[in-house]
Amino acid sequence: MMETDMPKQTLREWLLTDTPTSRRHARYAAAYSGWLTLRANTMAMVGLGILLLLLIIAALADLLSPMDPFVQNLGGRLQPIGTDGHILGTDSLGRDLLSRVIYGSRITLYIVALVALIAPIVGLLVGTVAGYTGGIVDAVLMRITDIFLAFPRLVLALAFVAALGAGIENAVLAISLTAWPPYARIARAETLTIRNSDYIAAIKLQGAGALRIITKHIWPLCISSLIVRVTLDMAGVILAAAGLGFLGLGAQPPSPEWGAMISEGRKFILDHWWVATVPGLAIFTVSLGFNLLGDGLRDVLDPKEGGHS
Amino acid sequence: MSNIHIENLNVWFGEHEERVDAVKGATFDVPSGASFGLVGESGSGKSTILRAMVGLVPTWSGNMSVGELELGKKRPKAFYKDVQMVFQDPYASLHPRHSVDQMLGETLSLHGFKDIDNRIMQLLDDVGLGPAFRFRYPHQLSGGQRQRVAIARALAPKPTVILLDEPTSALDVSVQAEVLNLLADLREEHKLTYLMVSHNLAVVAHMCDATAVMKNGEIVEVMTVEDMRAMKPKHPYTKHLLDSSFGYRPDAEQSA
Repeated sequence: MMETDMPKQTLREWLLTDTPTSRRHARYAAAYSGWLTLRANTMAMVGLGILLLLLIIAALADLLSPMDPFVQNLGGRLQPIGTDGHILGTDSLGRDLLSRVIYGSRITLYIVALVALIAPIVGLLVGTVAGYTGGIVDAVLMRITDIFLAFPRLVLALAFVAALGAGIENAVLAISLTAWPPYARIARAETLTIRNSDYIAAIKLQGAGALRIITKHIWPLCISSLIVRVTLDMAGVILAAAGLGFLGLGAQPPSPEWGAMISEGRKFILDHWWVATVPGLAIFTVSLGFNLLGDGLRDVLDPKEGGHS
Repeated sequence: MSNIHIENLNVWFGEHEERVDAVKGATFDVPSGASFGLVGESGSGKSTILRAMVGLVPTWSGNMSVGELELGKKRPKAFYKDVQMVFQDPYASLHPRHSVDQMLGETLSLHGFKDIDNRIMQLLDDVGLGPAFRFRYPHQLSGGQRQRVAIARALAPKPTVILLDEPTSALDVSVQAEVLNLLADLREEHKLTYLMVSHNLAVVAHMCDATAVMKNGEIVEVMTVEDMRAMKPKHPYTKHLLDSSFGYRPDAEQSA
């Protein structure tokens, strides 16, 4: 593209131009200027680095982990950190903690990805429809949201999991069901400020219907604040999943889910602190990564800043 | 070609105790191809008349018609093809995440145009923006350029009537003149009927054939621009408005 259109420009100049020459060019240029803003934020880049590392570790778990995370060795139980062959020690059944933490990253990513897909989309739908339609629809949808909001998150998730049965899928479902109301609230609040603006009035004057206005004009403006909120909430989601695992209602043994691992380590925490600490540090690091990235994304995506798309 | 007929129009906001009557018994006619001004202070109900006409304010009573079409509670799609509006603040009337191309393209496709690419170039050309502006986002445009885009969007469905809601009040003075001249040229070229709201009498005198003066939601006087230029108002409020349009004069204080 670059070579054919403008042979004398560098790629950077092509991306930073103020006068894009095609639809695709405009999109790339907008994305690139957003990336530059994000790159200027060191902490956000640290967060992005942590999450990329998590992705790589999860993808290459088979290659990276020194041992099978499920193989027990009752002769080598509760080995401390730095033991030969077990850099991070072993747990109460003699399983290598490093391998278990590495494989646990897959489960963490799985939970995070599913919740990040379900909860914000449900919230966006409910919030924008309620905010745009108003009246009775708004009242009904928001009262339902209030009912969900009234319960403490983990308690409601516990009730769902208890009803649906323990397991990762049900834990994801339970967390999603408790995570969407705040998104609906945000989406509704955004919609209320957007729907009376002149640009919505302008598209109404072109004869656009409610469906087009909500999906094409209101969603793009809500999504950025939702993305920020989702990344900031991901830490909470990981902790909620870990909490369910800890209580024995999330991932079931022998699955190397980090929360479940902490739960197992709890029994030995005074004498063998590393069994609970190693997965705890993993949760801490990934939560931190999401928080840092979320903070940086807020700077990039805030529509009030002028709107890099 | 469409004439505008407004008869005994009342517009209000809120119900019962909170009811505010924004427009009371407004009546005026705009002949086809004419340019008609609505002047008055802030809050006198000028913009509300436009908003009621295009259906953005549903709480009104009276009779409104554009051409043959009697306006009811709902506007048919053909109405929006015929009547378009340019908003006051170009910083608020363009979607912050849509490029000029998306904005015009969506408008054209909503009105069922086929050769959208050519039409977009034609529209940009009409409002004096080159093809370089086509893929820009609003934050890459100045206020005057934004208002030109908004005018292009209003021209897109090939309307016969354009409602102008203080189209230049958010712009600085040099850009105001450019946009006003553009609007005057476009009216000539496309044989448009303008209904223009302004608080600036000089703008109205430049653009319009006749004007209605509004105060507290009522039309106190309809006068021709010739009368206005000759400073021959019939109503004391119009006289007051004309006097104050000259700005601050130290000697006016002493002579009064």
